[in-house]
Amino acid sequence: MLSGVRETRRDKVFLAFNYLYVFLAFLIVFYPLVYMVSASISDPKAVGSGEMWLWPKGITFDGYKRVFENTSIWTGYGNTILYTVVGTAINLLVTLPAAYALSRKDFVGRNFFMGMFMVTMFFGGGLVPTYLLVKQLGMVNTMWAIVIPSAASIWNIIVSRTFFQSSIPKELQEAAQIDGCTNMRLFVKIILPLSMPIIAVMALFYGVGNWNSYFSALIYLNDSAKYPLQLVLRQILVLQEMAAQGGGAIDASTAAAMNNKAEIAALVKYSVIIVATIPVIVIYPFLQRYFVQGVMIGSVKG
Amino acid sequence: MHDTKAAIAGPPAVMPRKKTHKSLWKRIILNWELYLFIAPAFFYFLIFCYGPMYGIQIAFKNFIPTKGITGSPWVGFDHFVRFFHSYYFWDLLWNTLSISLYSLVVGFPIPIILALAFNEVRNGFFKKLSQTVTYAPHFISMVVMAGMIITFLSPSTGIVTHMIEGLGLKAPDFLTDPRWFKTMYVFSDVWQSAGWGTIIYLAALSGVDPGLHEAAIIDGASRFQRVRHINIPVLIPTMTILLILNMGSLLGVGFEKILLLQNPLNMSSSDVISTFVYRSGLVDAQYSFSTAIGLFNSVINAVLLIVVNQIVRRTSENSLW
Repeated sequence: MLSGVRETRRDKVFLAFNYLYVFLAFLIVFYPLVYMVSASISDPKAVGSGEMWLWPKGITFDGYKRVFENTSIWTGYGNTILYTVVGTAINLLVTLPAAYALSRKDFVGRNFFMGMFMVTMFFGGGLVPTYLLVKQLGMVNTMWAIVIPSAASIWNIIVSRTFFQSSIPKELQEAAQIDGCTNMRLFVKIILPLSMPIIAVMALFYGVGNWNSYFSALIYLNDSAKYPLQLVLRQILVLQEMAAQGGGAIDASTAAAMNNKAEIAALVKYSVIIVATIPVIVIYPFLQRYFVQGVMIGSVKG
Repeated sequence: MHDTKAAIAGPPAVMPRKKTHKSLWKRIILNWELYLFIAPAFFYFLIFCYGPMYGIQIAFKNFIPTKGITGSPWVGFDHFVRFFHSYYFWDLLWNTLSISLYSLVVGFPIPIILALAFNEVRNGFFKKLSQTVTYAPHFISMVVMAGMIITFLSPSTGIVTHMIEGLGLKAPDFLTDPRWFKTMYVFSDVWQSAGWGTIIYLAALSGVDPGLHEAAIIDGASRFQRVRHINIPVLIPTMTILLILNMGSLLGVGFEKILLLQNPLNMSSSDVISTFVYRSGLVDAQYSFSTAIGLFNSVINAVLLIVVNQIVRRTSENSLW
């Protein structure tokens, strides 16, 4: 932290333990990630027996081949992209204008709106009344049941409002108003172009949330052609529908075939995890700065 | 113009005392577009957050879908009484509370210690690398997380099982033994969220006045003493706020993950109030009964939050409101 300070022995011991601690944390998180990548391209026999424990053994791309041949995974991928794009667009259209309005000190009623929104942070109607409402609105089994009931999050509105309050100079707005600029023009032409960091943060927060969500699809969708990727994954990974199902007396060759099938199923699991997580994990290191920025803005109490 | 009216009904505290009623109107008309800006969010919260609150009344009724919410007959507290007297009530409450408290006790200190440790790392590359890697699991979806847990802990092929057997021990049946469910839940959660949880503390640590450290060094304070007496006190307000928020959701454990990891064999320790609400409400269609349980849950949460916040407010300045 501070350079040029003489380190005492005690300090050196402390630092050594500190590095060890951080390195352990790094290892514990990193190992499962590496293992999954290796397992997805290794011989399923070596993975199942524990022979493969770090680097891939008996490289095969069978798992990926099967994932790419599986039509329900592709439909799920397509649906997820659609829900994520439409959902995130709605999220931004609801969040940003509202956050801007709430950031304006001359907005009569801002405390009322803020209070009304904040209550929902601590108290809600619960699962069943929400479900009945969505059903009554005729949204069940449509894309709208996925994107509309989660159109805004109060937390993200607060983060954006804090950004508008602290990063956009107030003089700008006053000058624009003196020149007769309307609020709409002010927002679209001046505020938004200056707010790219927060737009990026919000798009990322909402986008990742939409990409990863499964629960609303689980309760509102019953047509499997509309399932997002996460629900397809749930069938493969958790309900194990691709795994071999035993039953009845079996002879040796069927047993071998089934064993083989079970191994393939395990291989497919690792590959499908990688395929589903890749888009998020690959873009994340490049956008990490924005994510971190988002949390930091949020932590400045609004 | 509905929301404009609502705005007038809002707290008069927002307008300076000197201004007259007329200028308030002027300000509303001058900024009429701002009401347009807030309208989508206003209607969203009104319909999708306050709408279900109206529907809560079915907790006190026998909801019959054909009769609708208003047409169904009142039954008072019958559903609550039935729930409190059911044989599973104490199990559900115990599981919910114990999972929450277990997560809190294990999961709360780890990001704090990790943030303090990150803060002492001076090698820029190593610091950045370990931060990037430990943040990454935050972006893994619940479904993939559950899939990873299931494959890693599989009794025949899982790598964790192989490692334990490699040490010459017998691996427990993590996935089906009820005694292991809570540990599995809590520690996988730590793996996934501890890194990301450090960000908020690192933000607080970046605000430490370097002068404090310089003065401490001149006074001969060791590194550990500086962490103990400068960095930790800086984090206390953040810790307090997060602790209050955690207490407010003691009965709201992350049921999306529990639902995925639940199976008939570990049910005795994995069934919590929210998964029970899901099953009885949406799977078995006992709408009124499960709404009553959900309401019980949210009322306890809200009360806990208010009580804890009140206690903290009496004893320090770091309360939520």
